[in-house]
Amino acid sequence: MLNIKGLEKRFNIGTPNEIQVFNGLDLNFEKNKCTAIIGPNGCGKSTLMNLIAGTLMVDNGTIELNGKTISNLKEEDRSEFIGRVHQNPSMGVSPSLTILENMALADKKNNKFSLKFLVNKKNIDRYKELVAQLDLGLENLMNTKVKFLSGGQRQSLSLIMASMKHPDLILLDEHTAALDPKTSHVVMTKTKELIDKYEMTGIMISHNMRDAIKYSDRVIMLDKGIVVLDKPSIALTEEDLNNIYIDRLDKAIAV
Amino acid sequence: MNGLIMTSIEQGLIFAVLAMGVFITNKVLNIADLSVEGSFPFGAFIFAKFLLMGVNPVIATILAFAFGTLAGLLTATLFTKFKINALLSGILTMNILYSVNLRINNAANVPLSGQRTIFDFGPKLLILLAIVIVVKLLLDLFLKTEVGYLLVATGDNESLVKSLGQKSDNYKILGLMLSNGLIALSGALMAQYNGYVDASMGKATLVIALAAIIIGDTFMKNSSFLKNTTRAIIGAIAYKLIGGFAIDLGLHPNDLSAINATIVIVFLLYNNFFPNIMGKLNKKGGRDYA
Repeated sequence: MLNIKGLEKRFNIGTPNEIQVFNGLDLNFEKNKCTAIIGPNGCGKSTLMNLIAGTLMVDNGTIELNGKTISNLKEEDRSEFIGRVHQNPSMGVSPSLTILENMALADKKNNKFSLKFLVNKKNIDRYKELVAQLDLGLENLMNTKVKFLSGGQRQSLSLIMASMKHPDLILLDEHTAALDPKTSHVVMTKTKELIDKYEMTGIMISHNMRDAIKYSDRVIMLDKGIVVLDKPSIALTEEDLNNIYIDRLDKAIAV
Repeated sequence: MNGLIMTSIEQGLIFAVLAMGVFITNKVLNIADLSVEGSFPFGAFIFAKFLLMGVNPVIATILAFAFGTLAGLLTATLFTKFKINALLSGILTMNILYSVNLRINNAANVPLSGQRTIFDFGPKLLILLAIVIVVKLLLDLFLKTEVGYLLVATGDNESLVKSLGQKSDNYKILGLMLSNGLIALSGALMAQYNGYVDASMGKATLVIALAAIIIGDTFMKNSSFLKNTTRAIIGAIAYKLIGGFAIDLGLHPNDLSAINATIVIVFLLYNNFFPNIMGKLNKKGGRDYA
């Protein structure tokens, strides 16, 4: 479904601070499966997300989605197939607009924007239904500006907006890291539900080992741009992951 | 009504068009466009050029708007295509326009006395009021459209716009064009109001526009009923009125610049330090849960 071949990415090329994040990474992601990517800071998780989304461009290598090369497309041209929820709850919404206006914008994704009025009354009930499934009461706050919502509410709205047009691929970039445990659980459960319901392929970055196992089908651990673990979630326990993590960290310190 | 007060209101209405233009870049797009002091007289010179060619003043005024959008296009090109920082793009455009303005009529000063103007059709106040209301309503309507909302979203969160499959740069270009069109329109109105065009007429226009926006924001701060365009209009008129009153009270016109700056400082102080006092008094408005 998503095939990454020979991925190379360097930063600060030609300066003393040059960093090679990926040097020929190969990864394949299966359709309708959710993969959790874990790994220490600086291992290349976020860079990988940015390369897939098009926020960053690859130096070398290709990224194919459903057989189509997307690595040469601009971010806005990839959005047709990709939805993304960021770590920062404000990144996926327009804070100075209301929930209703944000939903209407998301509903127009990949369509031509014209001089017609954006908010169409006949869609309001559909938007309300979509946000009502979060059980956060957002359906009663449709005319509230998003900047007045809590981080959890905003992130949940981002999730609904990113998945609204059922993209093939949904990127979840530590999307519950800024939320309290209870809200995090709500958002995670909903994420899993939506991935199954809309038959999306999910890639999720997480620092929470339990979440990484519980809400995914497969866990990949990256370290210094290399895959050091790639197993089905069922075959892993939180303890396993923690041990591997500590093991690798110890090695890093020993070096 | 006192002549000075009347003049203040009329000039306030002209600057309301300017303020609505600056509102698009400053508040909607979150871009500081400094080309204002070039595009305001640019509109005036373009108007004078066409008027003296025998073009109907209404059409010449509309042409000033159209050419103004081109000034915005220049800033937008420098900013989005050449990746020059927004502040610098605006300053460069302003400098280019200084020379262009002098070239348009090959003069730094063009008298328009004896020429037809849009004020031939009725009382100045009513004509200006009508123009301001039309501009405001059109702008409000535009901001409710799909494209209008994308303009707001671009200023708010560019990554969202890209995730919607849209090129955010296109909306910056559109916003800058629209903004400079309105600024040039305001310049064309001022030319007709004053009866002359002068190369230095753009002086302090950016401060006036920002002051109008700041004062407008302060006015009934917690009311969600007032649209931002209405605030800009109220702010522009209030700004001119306060200055008018000051002179009416006997202050020397030479001190006006300092007084105007003081007005802005006072409103900013109020905005920064006394938000809660009025919030408590103004129970009708909702509180901000930021």
